[in-house]
Amino acid sequence: MSDSVSKIKLTSNKPIYIDNDPQDELFTLNLGPTHPATHGVFQNVLQVDGERIVSGVSTIGYIHRAFEKIAERRAYYQITTLTDRLNYCSSPINNMGWHMTVEKLLEIELPKRVQYMRVIIMELSRIADHIICNGILGVDTGTFAGFIPMMVKREFIYEIFEEICGARLTTNIGRIGGFERDFNEVAFAKIRQFVKEFPAVLKEFEALLDRNRIFIDRTSGVAAVDPETALSYSWSGPILRATGVDYDVRANEPYSSYEEFDFEVPVGTNGDVYDRFLVRNHEMWQSLRIIEQALAKIEKEPKGVFHADVPDFYLPPKEQVYNNMEALIYHFKIVMGEIDAPKKELYHSVEGANGELGFYLISDGGRSPYRLHFRRPSFINYQMYAPMSSGMLLSDAIINMSSLNVIAGELDA
Amino acid sequence: MAKLSNDSIIGRLNTRFEGRFDQIEASYGLLTIETGKEDILDVLEFLKTDGELQFGYLTDITAVHYPDLAKEFAVVYHLHSLVNNVRIRIKVFLDGAYPAIPTATVLWNGANWMERETYDFFGIQFIGHPDLRRILNVDDMEAFPMRKEYPLEDPNRMDKKDYFFGR
Repeated sequence: MSDSVSKIKLTSNKPIYIDNDPQDELFTLNLGPTHPATHGVFQNVLQVDGERIVSGVSTIGYIHRAFEKIAERRAYYQITTLTDRLNYCSSPINNMGWHMTVEKLLEIELPKRVQYMRVIIMELSRIADHIICNGILGVDTGTFAGFIPMMVKREFIYEIFEEICGARLTTNIGRIGGFERDFNEVAFAKIRQFVKEFPAVLKEFEALLDRNRIFIDRTSGVAAVDPETALSYSWSGPILRATGVDYDVRANEPYSSYEEFDFEVPVGTNGDVYDRFLVRNHEMWQSLRIIEQALAKIEKEPKGVFHADVPDFYLPPKEQVYNNMEALIYHFKIVMGEIDAPKKELYHSVEGANGELGFYLISDGGRSPYRLHFRRPSFINYQMYAPMSSGMLLSDAIINMSSLNVIAGELDA
Repeated sequence: MAKLSNDSIIGRLNTRFEGRFDQIEASYGLLTIETGKEDILDVLEFLKTDGELQFGYLTDITAVHYPDLAKEFAVVYHLHSLVNNVRIRIKVFLDGAYPAIPTATVLWNGANWMERETYDFFGIQFIGHPDLRRILNVDDMEAFPMRKEYPLEDPNRMDKKDYFFGR
């Protein structure tokens, strides 16, 4: 693969349509919508010259579900389930991001313990998401061996989520104002067990691939992007950091007490597939560090605090609802979305697993947002895929897509 | 580095665009300015290339529909200065009859799909856009679904009307 084109000159985003005329020897290839190598619903109509892609055009929207429109009729707490389905590989980050947006609107200050609990949840889902991406990248480049032990650990993270909220994939973790219940002892024990056991697996995974000649030949220099181009395409997340730009929302605009944690923002140098792989691996180590610190911080906080005191938005406990009039009234008002939010407009962003996940919310004081826009990192990252593919070998384009880690749910919203 | 204050951003903008933009608000510390569609490209370019401000990162482009206003559509740009670590929001209000605005793709490649999405959902024409097609909806769709007049559910459904909630 040494002849693969490393630097792609981006001149135009326009697709070049050429008929299937045998004279020019170009062939139209439909990569997707349901191609096994694309891991999701992505269609790319490619013009290929043998193994080499001449031009491509991406078609997206196959699982568009109109979340922004639906959100205009839903009460704030009902929108959490919509955010689950954006990046479904790390839905807790989306849930937390949405809760934090509404809390910012309502100006709710959370107890420190809840913020640390959120940090644990978000970092666990970041690890889960990176496990998927890097594990699959290994599979796409030809080794199944690293993938299986990593996926076992991802399953374990899902078990932790199950212990905390009862669900695995579309988690709906947390409520506006905190969590629906405290983490139980089993959950804490499992988080500690994960922090203890995961480093060995990650080390083994790195030992398998980091210095692997085949893997490096296959990924190094492939789809290299320079920082200027990446910024011009509004990239964010690990793929932007792989180009050398140290932009991380957790560090730039800390939320949920991230400023108290000691962690590094790993950056790459070449912006190629190999660097993206390394950046994600390093981020997993940093996430582990953050989880360890958060566990230590939680120990020092008063036990049993898992939500802020906001009776207007946080559901009262069920036994009170059945026996206490005031609690029943609040329960009804919250469920019906009867409580007014302030008339304001805000943008809040969190560092999702794929980049800056932003929520642009306009409230007109009613039960649901006047307008809600999701800044979805996958959608914005993916638009460079077709232009950067031209000139690339087909097999390189496949691993390029893996390393972008585009999640169809986040792409289409 | 000291964080760039909103006042100094306004001051810097005033050196070139005095009277051609309004400050709307700065809730949660995020400065929001409004300008006209004649000036938007100049303002964006100035913000992007100015050596002091360096709003080089386009976070997002979207739109909002206010059917009750004289100018129905607001196109909303979020820019981010990674150097100064400060954000700015720019709004441009457009007529309802033929909402059109110059494209920002000349400044950022990433504006391409953001503008296509905005066109797809609001029908806003981005003049000069290289490839203004629908992106998430089907190509032969006729409506612009994020406009407020486009019903989400059965419009006869009454149980979610605001007056049932005392509004």
